Amino acid sequence: MPQRALPYLLLLPATLFLLVFFLYPFLQIAILAFSSPEGFTLKPFQTMTTHWKFGTTLWNTILLTAIIVPIQLVMALAMATIVTKLKTGRNAILYIFTIPLGLSDLAAGIIWLAIFEQSGFLNSVLVGLGIVERPVLFLGYQNLWVIFVAVILAEVWRATAIVMVILVSGMGLIPKEYYEAAEVFGAGPWKRFLKVTLPMLRPSLQTALILRTIAAFEVFAVVVALGGTTLPVLMGETFNWQFALNDRNVAAAYALVILAISIASTLFFLRVLRTPKGATI
Amino acid sequence: MAEIVIKDVAKSFGAFTALHSIDLTIADQEFMVLLGASGCGKTTLLRIIAGLETPSQGEVWIGGHRVDRLPPRERGIAMVFQNYAVFPHLTVFENIAFGLRMKKVPQPEIDRRVSRTAELMHIEQLLKRYSGQLSGGQRQRVAVARALTMEPDVILMDEPLSNLDALLRLEMRAELKGVLAASKTTTIYVTHDQVEAMSLADRISVMNGGRIVQAATPVEVYRNPAARFVGSFIGNPPMNFIPAMKVGEGKWQVAGLTLDGPKADQDRLEFAIRPEDVTVTPGGLKATARVVEPLGAHTLVTCDVNGAPFRAVLESDLRVAPGDDLSLAPKSDRVRWFDPETTMAV
Ligand SMILES: Nc1ncnc2c1ncn2[C@@H]1O[C@H](COP(=O)(O)OP(=O)(O)OP(=O)(O)O)[C@@H](O)[C@H]1O
Ligand SMILES: [Mg+2]
Repeated sequence: MPQRALPYLLLLPATLFLLVFFLYPFLQIAILAFSSPEGFTLKPFQTMTTHWKFGTTLWNTILLTAIIVPIQLVMALAMATIVTKLKTGRNAILYIFTIPLGLSDLAAGIIWLAIFEQSGFLNSVLVGLGIVERPVLFLGYQNLWVIFVAVILAEVWRATAIVMVILVSGMGLIPKEYYEAAEVFGAGPWKRFLKVTLPMLRPSLQTALILRTIAAFEVFAVVVALGGTTLPVLMGETFNWQFALNDRNVAAAYALVILAISIASTLFFLRVLRTPKGATI
Repeated sequence: MAEIVIKDVAKSFGAFTALHSIDLTIADQEFMVLLGASGCGKTTLLRIIAGLETPSQGEVWIGGHRVDRLPPRERGIAMVFQNYAVFPHLTVFENIAFGLRMKKVPQPEIDRRVSRTAELMHIEQLLKRYSGQLSGGQRQRVAVARALTMEPDVILMDEPLSNLDALLRLEMRAELKGVLAASKTTTIYVTHDQVEAMSLADRISVMNGGRIVQAATPVEVYRNPAARFVGSFIGNPPMNFIPAMKVGEGKWQVAGLTLDGPKADQDRLEFAIRPEDVTVTPGGLKATARVVEPLGAHTLVTCDVNGAPFRAVLESDLRVAPGDDLSLAPKSDRVRWFDPETTMAV
């Protein structure tokens, strides 16, 4: 009996930690989102959904995620494939690719702001080359799409490496013999990628996609740095309601929306990329 | 037409030489067995022919084309891997169909060919399973079926039956031989099992330490080993060897007995005889029985000849007990001689 209880005992501290520091605040937020001085209410949700910014906010967040994550996935797959093939210098390249991971998202946002702002790097180059006469205002509300592109660039630059690192370690787990068998039975490089790498990478793809998608729904500092409030996103609005508009209940409602779409996307990836029973390596 | 020609192929892994200058020609539709002890380079040679390993030197030709620079998929081969390499993420059906799908064979034909080979390998009831749900022997048969469905010109098999029980192996062996002969496939088949080698092969290549010591028909390899290694490796129990001293032109003294032998320049040779090629006849080698093992039709007697062990397979109606003194006369047409320096046959 002590033998069987041991694993549970060992997990107990971590479980307690989670309960205290995750579940408890979560319940607090949930209660907050459904309460008012008069008791239980749907008022915060009504306030949130009827506000003119809500639709744009939700749409912006989902659109950003739907563009950023696939770009990162494709790039990370390509990079991981190349890195895995390297015989020498593999670690050096991995380190270089992972440098942006060491930066906070705010720092990343500021770096890209330094490139795009009116007195920024890009304008200096354009003026210097005589392509434009005077610095252009890229990040204004007139060119929303430029802010959009800048956020996408910054996010891709900042967070693709984490996907790549996960995929590199996943690819390293695929035994060489399966590639050899595929090659003997007529699969060229592209077919080997489709028929061996991708299906056998499913567990890593799952992890990477879930992590990245959830993080993309929570995009905040990069957007604030590059666009202020011109490009509203869910996390930004949460911040706004909490600290600018001083309505904690609506902020909690926003937090629950982020949680809901995160859970939905996680379930989606768990389902779509599941490994059939008996089909593990 | 798929003749395989291997010219001066060698392979080194760093400082270690796994294959030393291999020259071998396998005729179109021939069934060639590679036989040798573990680690002698059988898999390495097969992988070089398949294109999974680049030779350090030499050329490989298949069907009149030089292939050693071509990728495996352009060599017209199929292969059964020693470690099976059955795809874990595909069902048995999709594993067997893999090569056909790559060649864009139409679905009805895939169905037909997969079910035929699956039936042949007795795995038709497993088609929907994944490899994680199979036993080792079942997985191995999937690997064989995957290669057979391709109906290739050349099939390379690396110990394809090693994981089956004796009875199933016997059955599969016969079926493989039949199928491969009917489909006119050139086959290279690696095995440790000499009975399997004998029963399947048109020719056997005996390998030792990265070299091919002898490539000949099973009977030739058995009767006329080209080197001492072949005699001691093939045959169960193996050949007996006794040092011989020259006592005259073509006369050799073997354990106190003077025998007619080759007219060689050497002073010393090794006399060799298979255990079943001696008879209990007066005037033979003086032997003392040590262990007597009845095997049914025959009795295996391990004796002392000149202080060294000597095995004889005798008629079982001959009553021999441990400690008995015997006189074992070698059948003169079955005696072989080896040079102890070069270990080659004289
Ligand atoms: N990739 C490699 N790197 C270094 N040495 C290798 C490599 N592959 C094989 N060898 C060595 O080459 C020799 C021949 O190996 P090979 O796999 O061809 O043996 P084999 O005859 O197939 O043995 P078995 O019957 O056990 O399968 C062995 O000594 C092995 O250690
Ligand atoms: Mg081997």
